[in-house]
Amino acid sequence: MPTLGVNAVAVNRSTFPCTALARSCSVHFRSPDFLREVATRVTTVGIFQEGTSAVATVLDGGGPSGAPPKPRQIVQIRTRADRVFRGLATGASSSTLILLFLIGLFLLIKALPALKCAGLNFLTTSEWNPPDRGTCETFGVAALMYWTVVIAVIAMVIAVPVSIAAALFITEYAPRWIRRPLTSLIDLLAAVPSLLYGMWGAGFLAARTVGITEWLANHLGFIPFFKPTNAYPIYGPSAFVAGLVVSLMVVPIVTSVIREVFSQVPPGEKEGALALGGTRWGMIRAVVLPFGRGGIIGGSMLGLGRALGETIAILLIISQIYYIRANFIEAGANSIAAHIANAFGEANGVALSALLAAGLVLFGVTLLVNVGAAAIINRSRSGAGVEI
Amino acid sequence: MSLQAVRDRVAGSGSPTPGKPISPRSFNTKDIVVLVCAIGSSLGLTWLLFTQILPLQGSQGFLIIWFAAFLVIYYAAVREMDGKMMARDRLMGSIVSVVAVAVTVPLILLLIYVTAKGLQFLRLAFFTTTMANVGPLSPVEQTGGLQAIVGTLEQVGIAMLIAVPLGVMTAIYLNEVRGRLQRPLRIFVDAMSGTPSIVAGLFIFAFWVQNHSFSGFAASLALAILMLPTVTRATEVVIRLVPDGLREASLALGSPEWRTTMKVVLPTARSGVITAILLGVARVIGETAPLIMTAFGSATMNLNPFSGPQSAMPLAAFQLFRSSQTADVERAWVYAFVLILMVLVLFVLARWSAGRQFARR
Repeated sequence: MPTLGVNAVAVNRSTFPCTALARSCSVHFRSPDFLREVATRVTTVGIFQEGTSAVATVLDGGGPSGAPPKPRQIVQIRTRADRVFRGLATGASSSTLILLFLIGLFLLIKALPALKCAGLNFLTTSEWNPPDRGTCETFGVAALMYWTVVIAVIAMVIAVPVSIAAALFITEYAPRWIRRPLTSLIDLLAAVPSLLYGMWGAGFLAARTVGITEWLANHLGFIPFFKPTNAYPIYGPSAFVAGLVVSLMVVPIVTSVIREVFSQVPPGEKEGALALGGTRWGMIRAVVLPFGRGGIIGGSMLGLGRALGETIAILLIISQIYYIRANFIEAGANSIAAHIANAFGEANGVALSALLAAGLVLFGVTLLVNVGAAAIINRSRSGAGVEI
Repeated sequence: MSLQAVRDRVAGSGSPTPGKPISPRSFNTKDIVVLVCAIGSSLGLTWLLFTQILPLQGSQGFLIIWFAAFLVIYYAAVREMDGKMMARDRLMGSIVSVVAVAVTVPLILLLIYVTAKGLQFLRLAFFTTTMANVGPLSPVEQTGGLQAIVGTLEQVGIAMLIAVPLGVMTAIYLNEVRGRLQRPLRIFVDAMSGTPSIVAGLFIFAFWVQNHSFSGFAASLALAILMLPTVTRATEVVIRLVPDGLREASLALGSPEWRTTMKVVLPTARSGVITAILLGVARVIGETAPLIMTAFGSATMNLNPFSGPQSAMPLAAFQLFRSSQTADVERAWVYAFVLILMVLVLFVLARWSAGRQFARR
């Protein structure tokens, strides 16, 4: 249907916002002459405002415009309800960004008294004796941060290989009937509350790892990590057990990310590797693992973020210490989150502010790790980070 | 005929005779015999080591050495028969399968342990009485959980009222509206899902509790923060599965965008959205850390979520577990058992609802 839109746009694009699809539209013309020219080309023109404004109902197109046809400019005109709807959705979704900003802001404001008091020592001091029982120089997150990282690293060293194996098994090895139940069971690991892991770790697992840790201390004691720190070492509530339990909580998250990426490996390339005589493992090494590298890295970082922020399970398992030592299989460990949860009840004034400052450090570190992880995962999901 | 069938036909047995192609993925009678023999001989070797030669003990050590011995024996046997490449394939196949299945062992151990500890003292009165008249020295059978159940229901319910509309609208923004914020928002939603729960609790404490008081509502706010990214991600995934044809048909019939979303997209993904909500609830129902600094906990019934400390299932279990009284620790297991029952019910419901979505498509 040749319409006013097409011709008029050709004549005077800037003043004619209507599209060819619109059966009636309001037009603001620059001059009465232009209006007259348009009026000769359409059948019905209703003029509402003399000389400069018109509503044109297009029934039939006019003659040839002379100018070569140009691609029609499509302008989407939304109803008011649609605009409100889009506004609502935008507002709701920006709540995520606003929340993240507010969390950082409020923690910073409330942490300022402690940070002013401690200054940069806050990051280098190990002990935790804030002004209610110490001075401004006697509290800091160094030891807390150290143990948080140690537990997270132990958890990741166990969780990443296990997750890769689980994802490979589900996508490549397992018979079809076993896939869904196994996926459900691994997802169920994620649904079990952190509290129950802690109670189980403290009541069941800690006692059952004493044998292994004792063996490590007796036979590999020359390694600093296992070297006994005193004549009668106590095993059980250690960073090792906490890391073991946290690894269980992290495995489902890492597995689900890696599994998703592995399942997107182009089947043609897998078939190609097998057709060339590769074994299944050869195919996995040549095709699946390189393709899934982004997912493995991103998933591991996401798991690391979780491991760093784990609170209750660690708190229930470990006995808290406030100094740095290499040995992680003996009783005694800590974490920022566990320390906050434990010390929160008795803290007020600057001591409370110090806890919020520790929370701010934790928030900053996990946010950095998580944003990095999410960026990597999103890239590997869209396929942009993978060379094919 | 499938590719696998062709390959099997071409391959025949797995022996590497020159000129005769072998199938890398075939697993015939001979392979099964080798596998069973490797399992048996490694078991025998480990048993010999443990009971006759070395002064070793412990079931974990036995399992670890058995697995290691099996891997070595199996690798050597296959390498002798089918060559290095096949041996490596079998080795990695065994490791991957055993590790993947072994992941579920701790879960099963945990469920058994919690059930064994919690079930023995669980009485029907748990669901009808509170802890108001229960002291540390009362018998363990006398454990009331009503105040915690009510608290959890109210807190999670209010958190749902806040987080679900926000989460679903955010998912709609990510997938239907597709504004300029789409890419950064997706990254930040992922990042927010990893926000430590204790940080959410601290934030609400600084933002709300310090100006008002400990209350169930403050706990709801903290739980909503944790729930929001879970609901958003899960909803977005199911909305993305709605076929574009449905959207286009609706738009072509002249309905505006909001009607298309509300009357076509969301109803099509209904069971998926319900799954997303259930997953969100399952994510927060066991959260303890943020409740310490928001709901605070209480032994008595507090029906009003807007004022005064309130109890909750995970919080009560946590506080009892840290008590120095043995009876209180035993009570904590009763709470833990009921809590994990709630989580399991939610999980099964979520799976069932997700299964319905897949069944229909």
